[in-house]
Amino acid sequence: MSADLAAPFVPASGTELSIALLLSAFLFGLGIVGFLSRRNMIIMFLCTELMFQGAALAFVAFSRQHMDVSGQVFVIFILTVAAAEAALALGLVVLLYRCRETLNAEAWSSLGESVDSADRAAEPIGTQRGIA
Amino acid sequence: MTTILADTARATVAPELSWLGLVLILPLASAALCALCGAFRCKSKLPAWITVVALAASFGLVLKAYFGYAGPVEIPIFEWINFSWGEGGRFQSFVADCALYVDSLTLFWMLFVTGLGTLIALYASEYMEGDKGTGYSRFFFGISIFLFAMSSLVMGDNLVMLYLGWEGVGLASYLLIGYDYHRPSAVAAAKKAFIVNRIGDLGLALGIFMLWANYGTLQYDELFAAMNAGGQSSIDWDIAVIPFLIMLGAFGKSAQFPLHVWLPDAMEGPTPVSALIHAATMVTAGVYLIARMFPFFELHPDALATVAWIGTGTALLAATIGMMQHDIKRVFAYSTISQLGYMFMGLGVGTSFGACYHTFTHAFFKALLFLTAGAVMHGFAGQLDLRKLSGLRRMPGWRIVSWTMFIGCLWLAAFPLTAAFYSKDAILLAALTSPRWDFVLLGWVGLFTAALTAYYTFRVWFRVCAGPVHVEMGSDGHHAPADPHDTHGHGTQTSHAHAEGPHAPRWAINGVLVVLAVGAIAAGIPSYLEIMAHVPNWVQTMIANSSASQGAGLLEAHAAAHDGHHSTVLGMDPHTGLAIIGTIASVGGISVAFFFHLYSRASADRLLSWLRSRSLVGWIPGAMEHKWYIDEIYHALVRLPLWIGAQVLSLGDKHFLDGAIVDGMGKLPMAIGKLFRPLYGGGLQGYAVTMVGGLGLVLAWVTWVWLRGHT
Repeated sequence: MSADLAAPFVPASGTELSIALLLSAFLFGLGIVGFLSRRNMIIMFLCTELMFQGAALAFVAFSRQHMDVSGQVFVIFILTVAAAEAALALGLVVLLYRCRETLNAEAWSSLGESVDSADRAAEPIGTQRGIA
Repeated sequence: MTTILADTARATVAPELSWLGLVLILPLASAALCALCGAFRCKSKLPAWITVVALAASFGLVLKAYFGYAGPVEIPIFEWINFSWGEGGRFQSFVADCALYVDSLTLFWMLFVTGLGTLIALYASEYMEGDKGTGYSRFFFGISIFLFAMSSLVMGDNLVMLYLGWEGVGLASYLLIGYDYHRPSAVAAAKKAFIVNRIGDLGLALGIFMLWANYGTLQYDELFAAMNAGGQSSIDWDIAVIPFLIMLGAFGKSAQFPLHVWLPDAMEGPTPVSALIHAATMVTAGVYLIARMFPFFELHPDALATVAWIGTGTALLAATIGMMQHDIKRVFAYSTISQLGYMFMGLGVGTSFGACYHTFTHAFFKALLFLTAGAVMHGFAGQLDLRKLSGLRRMPGWRIVSWTMFIGCLWLAAFPLTAAFYSKDAILLAALTSPRWDFVLLGWVGLFTAALTAYYTFRVWFRVCAGPVHVEMGSDGHHAPADPHDTHGHGTQTSHAHAEGPHAPRWAINGVLVVLAVGAIAAGIPSYLEIMAHVPNWVQTMIANSSASQGAGLLEAHAAAHDGHHSTVLGMDPHTGLAIIGTIASVGGISVAFFFHLYSRASADRLLSWLRSRSLVGWIPGAMEHKWYIDEIYHALVRLPLWIGAQVLSLGDKHFLDGAIVDGMGKLPMAIGKLFRPLYGGGLQGYAVTMVGGLGLVLAWVTWVWLRGHT
């Protein structure tokens, strides 16, 4: 890497790192809280993107701190993967919406089992009633 | 002096006599053919004829060997077991060839084993005819296997062959007691016989191990030589224990107290089996074993005394039980135990001659008695209760059965001038003239038992064959009537004998009974000749040239027995005195039986009820009827604890091993799953919360570890 490009690239101070990491943690926390509290699938997807960006910010901050560009390389990969994943995820959301006519995530819970059906599963195989 | 006897008794090897091996092979071939008959569903009497012919041929070969007998021989047939290591001599080899050891004792035993086997197989050909096509082949297979095993036991040249035969006769006995395997009582009796015999067989096996360990060989000839060479002075425990272990085996097979309980139950088997295996031959295997191993009973001073005490005790015990039984076959079963007790008493007091002679006479008259009982059972649809049979001798067609049974009873009662009178006398004489006071006591107990024997024997005869004619049919048979009805003496007029009424025996049964009665009478000939013509007793000469005559105690006993001035019986010459007392005992017992069971049968019941009402002795008749509660004691001491233990272990298996451990392992993941199941309700956020929670826990743990590392 040539010197003129590297000249403004100096290690950040401890305070700067702390601020960057706090921001990163804030973004990540925001993503988690949003993901857990909202039911709209698109919002939830956005929240996962927020968590991604929080993590990416931490990478950048450490990269600057340690004067090591591999952290920034990582961020580029994250962005790429996030872009591809966004295309997939939005496609999925559209498909899911078509099935249930709603974006509410609670409409999709058929993998779980209610407590009484769980007890039924504990019975011997031949005696199970038909699954509704 | 024992050494001299032993040296002269060393056997010569005689491979040219290997045709005697046919005595073993013929019954084995007969067994194979009977099995084939069974496989091809043979419906004729073919298996019976095969067996009779094979056994008769065996008997003929034994006769031929007897007439050509010139001294003890070893006949090699083929090499069976042969391991050796090191130098390969004694203690460094284990050799058990399939070879025969034939001395006079062997021939003596084989003569009556094969002879009676032939006769009883002939009898069974008629007796078992109701089972043609179903069990007929199986029955004669069992008889053939028995004869093979018994021949191996008696003729084997080493203790391994004896043990093979010992277990073989046990197997045959088991198979034949359980012949009628549809009846649970027969199956139980077969198991009982087998299991009780296990105890004795363990003793015999340990005895054989100890013999090898101490003498390094198991072949009789080398064994006796080694024993005599080694001297008899050392009484280390491991040598002294040998006679006691062998004795245990003999007691099990010959039904001596405390292992006698299997023999009465063994009467569940068909009657020819009771006659052949459980009266005449197999149960005398114990007597043969002790007679064969007689020198080894000198290894401990108390060994023979133990045999004598046990034998006498068993004789008395079984006689008292026999007095109160109502089943004819059971009375005869207890009389067998009692007479075997006499044989052991004879061995114990040192007269192997008396023991073997009694075995010989007993084989005939007891087989005869059992076969008459079988004829009664066969003719009256299984009826054996002596209270329900009476006056048989006046019924047409039953004369031969009645009078041959009379002969058998006279012989069993040791009536004067019968063969059993002399053979029993030989035993009692040796006991009463013994220098040991306890043997003299045993002799008097034996005399008392002889009186009891005469009583219970003639109780049967006076009840069943004499008195007014009155018969109740049993409940056996193929189309037995629902209620047993009285026939009052005109039973033979019906054609469907099994179904409708009694049917008298035909030629095979009657013929065998007559031959056996003649045999029982002829068994006395050696004694008649000895007394009248001073010919040495034939049995005595047969025994004298075998291992049974070795041993110091025996010679002392004989010296004492023949020195009249040294010992007396009630101040008389022992022979005369014993003959008088024996006659009194026998005739007295018969007279008492005559009074209570023929002259005034009601008085027997009166006496019994009077006895029962006395508080002091009232329990005795009941105890005798219940065999002194020995079965109950065994039940309480052995079977019940085992049963309780089995139940406890079964519960432990069911509830701890199966319930707690095996099922518990299966239930554990389910229980854990139930704990965490609420986390996976299906909602997307639910999963997310778990994930975040897990992440939080990991973070918390990392933080905690980090903090701990820095403080």
